[in-house]
Amino acid sequence: MTLQLRTPRHQVSPKSVLLWTMQAALFWLVLFVPQLIVFLLVSSPPTWELALLVATLVVGIVHTAVEPSWRYRVHRWETTPDAVYTLSGWLNQEWRVAPVSRIQTIDTKRGPFQQMLGLSTVTVTTASAAGPVEIEGLDHEVAQQLVVELTNTTQATPGDAT
Amino acid sequence: MSTPSEVPAGLPAAPEFVEPLQEWHRLHVRMLVVRPLNESIAMLVPILVLLFTGNGEKWRLIASGATVAAILAFSYLIWRTTKYRITDDQVELHTGLLTRKQLAVPRDRIRTVDLTSKPGHRIFGLSAVRIGTGQQDVPGTDGLTLDAVTQQEAERLRLLLLQKTVAPRTAASGESAEPHAEPVIAESEVISQLDLKWLKFAPLSLSGLVAIGAVFGVLSNYADDLGLHPVQDLWEWLFEHPSFTLLGVFVIALIVVGLVLSIPLYILQFWNYRLTREPDGTLRVQRGLLTTRSVSVEEQRLRGVDIQEPLLVRAGKGAKLAAVTTGLGSKGESNLLLPPAPLSVAHQVSQNVLKVHDDPTLRKLRKHPFAALRRSMIRHVVPWIVIAVGLAIWAPSWAWPIPVAILPFAALVGWDNYRSLGNALDDRYLVTRNNSLVRSTVALQRTGIIGWRIQRSFFQRRSGLMTIGATTAAGAGVYHVTDVGESDGLALADEAVPDLLRPFLVREGE
Repeated sequence: MTLQLRTPRHQVSPKSVLLWTMQAALFWLVLFVPQLIVFLLVSSPPTWELALLVATLVVGIVHTAVEPSWRYRVHRWETTPDAVYTLSGWLNQEWRVAPVSRIQTIDTKRGPFQQMLGLSTVTVTTASAAGPVEIEGLDHEVAQQLVVELTNTTQATPGDAT
Repeated sequence: MSTPSEVPAGLPAAPEFVEPLQEWHRLHVRMLVVRPLNESIAMLVPILVLLFTGNGEKWRLIASGATVAAILAFSYLIWRTTKYRITDDQVELHTGLLTRKQLAVPRDRIRTVDLTSKPGHRIFGLSAVRIGTGQQDVPGTDGLTLDAVTQQEAERLRLLLLQKTVAPRTAASGESAEPHAEPVIAESEVISQLDLKWLKFAPLSLSGLVAIGAVFGVLSNYADDLGLHPVQDLWEWLFEHPSFTLLGVFVIALIVVGLVLSIPLYILQFWNYRLTREPDGTLRVQRGLLTTRSVSVEEQRLRGVDIQEPLLVRAGKGAKLAAVTTGLGSKGESNLLLPPAPLSVAHQVSQNVLKVHDDPTLRKLRKHPFAALRRSMIRHVVPWIVIAVGLAIWAPSWAWPIPVAILPFAALVGWDNYRSLGNALDDRYLVTRNNSLVRSTVALQRTGIIGWRIQRSFFQRRSGLMTIGATTAAGAGVYHVTDVGESDGLALADEAVPDLLRPFLVREGE
């Protein structure tokens, strides 16, 4: 008999794929563009500069193409009356569980890309500095609903959170 | 669990109406001198360097004078703009010159009180008081510091602030406890105190080498400011005249100086070390020769202990003990319960502070799977191979044998790291052991676990391993059971905190 963690029930919004693609693309552009400018401006660039430029381009394209959809297949979340349960990551994956009785704050935040796509991130913190549970890439309405739901269950659950 | 506000629902919160306005106190006026004195110890080097390098040019004198004047003016302004008071409910501190800060800490949230007197403080009989709460939300905002008040005032504050949390004031009766009343003083029980035999662990803890490194870092910073680059020059010189004898002599000299320095350092840090259980339900650590410290931890908030065994100290059958608790930064080892001492003493102290019959850190630990050994070896050995290859390609030919020579040691550390891994569970504590260079055995109260972080890296998934992190409000915030077998790890987590993980587990092959 072996024990396994089951995957949490809900997937995040499919628009997250676009969000992560944009984030990855931006990251690699920030790395690539300055290199390209230097490469074009310097009269006789050394070979290692070209090698680095090509490597950045290749790794960047592969990463931007693969990571978002991989991530989308992994990321999942679930709440029960007793706990918040998430799975995130792609190459390296992480499950987080926080009991509702220990929840201290619940908040949502929306970055510029997320606002464009109508997405939100819900963050649930506990008294542990290492323990916030984040659910990234929820549809805005789903996020709002989740916050209300969690706030209600948290208030209904006794406990001093430390 | 203590409930912070025990005001019965029906009654109005009486103190809000009768509360006398508490007076504001200032930090002690002697801080005008003490602050510059404490800061000037750090500033002494640049000032002296400024004064005595070069040929006594005028601007150097002016710069030094200006620095001193600026420090004095600064300390006056700090003193003028800082005030504190202790009301029935909270400790308030107003401070800041340009940005006015008003800090308030509810008294029932106070978990620790840390009194620190640097040499400057001690000459003038003062002490800095750091009041810690359990809040970890925003790093660096935990609690507040009064720097500084007289030693008597500090002592009074320590007793007053911690006593409240143990015996909550009887708000229901309408009497607000007079916060300036003398607290009752009873006998305290000594759990452990410094034994000069422990000095043999000083050289083993390598503190001397660390100190040399720190001093060296500071000095080379100043040297850089002056346009000198001793390190770079030395490297270049070494590259041009590679000599193993010279390198050997240098390393041996470093080790000897480090060993010699470590003894006075141990005495400096741990002189007069005493661990006591106070009548107000706190554990109190006092220590220090020049800078004295007294750290009080509310016993109820102690979530466990951490037995730390740096490699050489472990070889000498020694260990130090740290508290796993809320309200303490790890800065300056404020969580230290026992300095490097014999392992048996560490276990005794651990058993005593946890109030158990047998120390949980002595439990027989379950080994982790063989795949964990493979991962440990790869993690420790591969980086050195990469470095060796890199050096072989890009560095002079004498460089690459150095990482190759290190390889066997890296392999040993990797093997020892695997041997360290282990976990155990008893009725109250989750025990987990990690690392080789500073082996750490943590006993964490099961009721203190407030969530799980379960990681599986790409390679861990292929090996059927996972790293289970128990999150907690205390200490480091998360304690890991590293590279444990999936099924065993989940069973451990499930048992440690009943019902939390259960709904998310599936059983296969039953």
